[in-house]
Amino acid sequence: MSQYVKKDDDLDEEAEYSPFSGIEKGAVLQEARCFNDAQIDSRRCSQVITKLLYLLNQGETFTKTEATEVFFSVTKLFQAKDPGLRRMTYLIIKELSPSSDEVIIVTSSLMKDMNSKTDVYRANAIRVLCRITDGTLLTQIERYLKQAIVDKNPVVASAALVSGIHLLQTNPEIVKRWSNEVQEAVQSRAALVQFHALALLQQIRQNDRLAVSKLVTSLTKGTVRSPLAQCLLIRYTSQVIRESSMNGQTGDRPFYDYLEGCLRHKSEMVIFEAATAITELSGVTSRELTPAITVLQLFLSSSKPVLRFAAVRTLNKVAMTHPMAVTTCNIDMESLISDQNRSIATLAITTLLKTGNESGVDRLMKQITSFMSDIADEFKIVVVYAIRSLCLKFPLKFRTLMNFLSNILREEGGFEYKKAIVDSIVTIISDIPDAKEAGLLHLCEFIEDCEFTYLSTQILHFLGIEGPKTSDPSKYIRYIYNRVILENATVRASAVSTLAKFGAMVDSLKPRIFVLLRRCLYDNDDEVRDRATLYLNTIGGDGSVVETDKDVKGFLFGPLDLPLANLEASLKNYEPSEEPFDINSVPKEVKAQPFAEKKSAAKKPTGLGAPPVAPTSTADSYEKLLLSIPEFSSFGKLFKSSAPVELTESETEYEVNVVKHIFDQHVVFQYNCTNTIPEQLLEDVTIVVDASEAEEFEEVAPKPLKSLPYGTPGQTFVEFEKPEGVPAVGKFSNVLRFIVKEVDPSTGEAEEDGVEDEYQLEEFEVVAADYMLKVGVSNFRNAWESLGPEFERVDEYGLGPRESLKEAVSAVINLLGMQPCEGTEVVAANSRSHTCLLSGVYIGNVKVAVRLSFGVDSAKEVAMKLAVRSEDAAVSDAIHELVAN
Amino acid sequence: MEYCPLVKNILLLDSEGGRIAVKYYSDDWPTNNAKEAFEKSIFTKTHKINARTEAEITMLDSNVVLYKFVQDLHFFVTGGDSENELILSTVLQGFFDAVGILLRGNLNKREALENLDLILLCLDEIIDGGIILETDANVIAGKVASHSVDSAAPLSEQTISQALATAREHFTRSLLSG
Repeated sequence: MSQYVKKDDDLDEEAEYSPFSGIEKGAVLQEARCFNDAQIDSRRCSQVITKLLYLLNQGETFTKTEATEVFFSVTKLFQAKDPGLRRMTYLIIKELSPSSDEVIIVTSSLMKDMNSKTDVYRANAIRVLCRITDGTLLTQIERYLKQAIVDKNPVVASAALVSGIHLLQTNPEIVKRWSNEVQEAVQSRAALVQFHALALLQQIRQNDRLAVSKLVTSLTKGTVRSPLAQCLLIRYTSQVIRESSMNGQTGDRPFYDYLEGCLRHKSEMVIFEAATAITELSGVTSRELTPAITVLQLFLSSSKPVLRFAAVRTLNKVAMTHPMAVTTCNIDMESLISDQNRSIATLAITTLLKTGNESGVDRLMKQITSFMSDIADEFKIVVVYAIRSLCLKFPLKFRTLMNFLSNILREEGGFEYKKAIVDSIVTIISDIPDAKEAGLLHLCEFIEDCEFTYLSTQILHFLGIEGPKTSDPSKYIRYIYNRVILENATVRASAVSTLAKFGAMVDSLKPRIFVLLRRCLYDNDDEVRDRATLYLNTIGGDGSVVETDKDVKGFLFGPLDLPLANLEASLKNYEPSEEPFDINSVPKEVKAQPFAEKKSAAKKPTGLGAPPVAPTSTADSYEKLLLSIPEFSSFGKLFKSSAPVELTESETEYEVNVVKHIFDQHVVFQYNCTNTIPEQLLEDVTIVVDASEAEEFEEVAPKPLKSLPYGTPGQTFVEFEKPEGVPAVGKFSNVLRFIVKEVDPSTGEAEEDGVEDEYQLEEFEVVAADYMLKVGVSNFRNAWESLGPEFERVDEYGLGPRESLKEAVSAVINLLGMQPCEGTEVVAANSRSHTCLLSGVYIGNVKVAVRLSFGVDSAKEVAMKLAVRSEDAAVSDAIHELVAN
Repeated sequence: MEYCPLVKNILLLDSEGGRIAVKYYSDDWPTNNAKEAFEKSIFTKTHKINARTEAEITMLDSNVVLYKFVQDLHFFVTGGDSENELILSTVLQGFFDAVGILLRGNLNKREALENLDLILLCLDEIIDGGIILETDANVIAGKVASHSVDSAAPLSEQTISQALATAREHFTRSLLSG
């Protein structure tokens, strides 16, 4: 039907007739008063309820008063005997979701219906009551619900079981008492009752592995009536398999035969569930995979789009881990490229890209080219990323793939799509050196006609880094300078920076770049002029601003090794004065999430007077605290403060933790003490530190705490001298010494005389990690390369059996105290190897970069290769010592 | 809840994407605006596709959406990213066929609105809070029809006396308020 005819229809009242046209909330609420009539007109009431439901369904909302009023009138309708009206009454009560004090009014009516002889009433009354009920009411009706679970009528039993599943979220302790009845219902002959019972039973027992395992064992041998229940059982079976393999059992996989048997079930739903379950088994073998792949392959040629979609989506996932197993489906996949359903076609293409071999790439790309023109951006993005991975897999094919990317870059497309292409080209350039020059030119051509400021600036920045290193840098200048002439201020400013980079890096271009930069001095935008002036004065300057060429490059183009958030905070604090802003005053430490702090705070009982004020975890507040103490103010700049280390168990009489503050020549231990005994007041609290196992440290003076009343944390400090700039390590044992005075809890007054007492604390160590600042880098690769291989130290370590790869990775990160880069601290589930990149600054301002490669074998033995680069050989060695110990 | 197959929403829209009856079972769309936005995007994405003979399927915001159209009625069932598509497909088919039975084969928007009570009851019999109650269209329709007032009398066919009564009531009310 054309648009024109449609418009005609709009005018035609007959076609647009709706029983609800012109409906108004106010009028319907008025009509709802008929619920209160002495003689209930069932049909009319039903119609009014339908209107109310229509309004709610259209997104209309009732105010609290309106809803309450309607609800109260609706409760009157329980007097009517009409079953249809009753059914609508149930529905509107559920929609109105009355508050708990209103619920009481319908409770008795619903309870009466729950015990009615009419099955439909029973089932629906249970569902309504369980939906609106709260815990107290539930105990009253529990008896009926248990009966209902084993009711002869399957509708009633299902209603009770499904309500049980919902109630388990809010009142687990009550629902768990029903497990005998639920168990009985699992044996029901009614297909759906069995399904609902199985769902509830598993949830009741989900924390009891043995019970779930038993359930699976008995049911996989018995009869399961509905396909839905069968699917559920397959899911439980996979869970049992997953857990049993975690316990390190070897030999044949239990229950695999059951899953394989399900592949021959008569319902497609079950076949598919089983096939997916098999493909997701951890460490699945190709022998186990084959039957699953075979049934999925049959689905690929089904006439039903849903089956094709389901199959191709699963195969697509399998292709990521077992590409070889999926190659048998390649012919079917290729025919799916022309599938009417574009989701299926995209999944087929990306699967082919994952499974294809090098020789097939060219043919595949031809097919994709015609395909790309008629799919939406969201699918195109998926394809682009698949092509990027393919290119990284077959670097020799980069020409074909790069050409493809540059072609689609020229076509129409939204921002996300263009960004995906640009990102892909950048990745390919970074990984395949041969692709660099061609790729850069593609990007240059793109920015000639690019409507996205963000992409233009990104590309210009990238050109500035990569362009000067190419064989003929001059050919890019034209593209960059065109930006200065043609684009908006943001792009112009980044073009100026890029030009300056070329000028600084390539001496032969310098004079010509200066000509271009001077022209920018007359730009009408401040930022553009400022940048041009800055660059002209630094690069082309007479040495008055910065001395050497190297300084210039470092200043202009070196990485800003400060977290931007810290810089922002410092700039905000800076007050304009004679003294210029000192960038060295900006803290380099990445602010860590105050995990440890929160944890210890959570452990403390809550009613303890004032909340612990002292250690707010950020370095800033530590610094302020320390500077406020005269003894420490002369120590210079605080290098690092550690996370608090607990020296007592939680919930002991006195809780103490220590924070290690590292200065250049000193170490200050800040002991945070809490007195948890209301009847005691502690005075003259000191920590006696035995540093006999820390030879390089020399105790200077303890700073005692005058008084430590109940519940208010206080701090006492102990300072040590250590050799300047040396990362001295050692072990410290501690005793808390104090005078204890009894306090009368009723008056809160302490007695005159006290007794001297001691309390043994746990010992702690100062380790090399305490001298490491977490300083992230935005581009690890650059940081790694700029450090160079001069002081690189590589070694391999066995970490022994670990709980998981993830646990091992985070343990090593914590041990080194460095900042994970580029999200590499996240370990993919089930992966067998992982690479983690860390960076940091060691005391003495030594930059350190670490590359960790982990591998885990079937016995959970973790091996690690540690490669360290730093600006100092001794530091590289120190990092290795950290791990070796 | 993670093991039990869950349905996130069931939608019945008209040929312009307007709501006839919708039901959401998930917190993914907390407000009416969020719901309408979802309906709009799924409608825009699918309305040109021929989903009249076989149910079709697509992904939207990491949800799987199955849909089937007839005349000016658009049926949708949404499930999570990792849900078994064929289970969702059974739900869609059950809903679609049950509505067909309840409307006696007259599958169009007008008929659907005139029997909105039946459609709402039908939704109520298929899913309870996201959990599948029943997927067999005959059973669903049977449960709905067995307790409708009188499935032959839609809202438009009020008896003359009722219509008069309503009119009289309106009249009195306007007199009183005036």
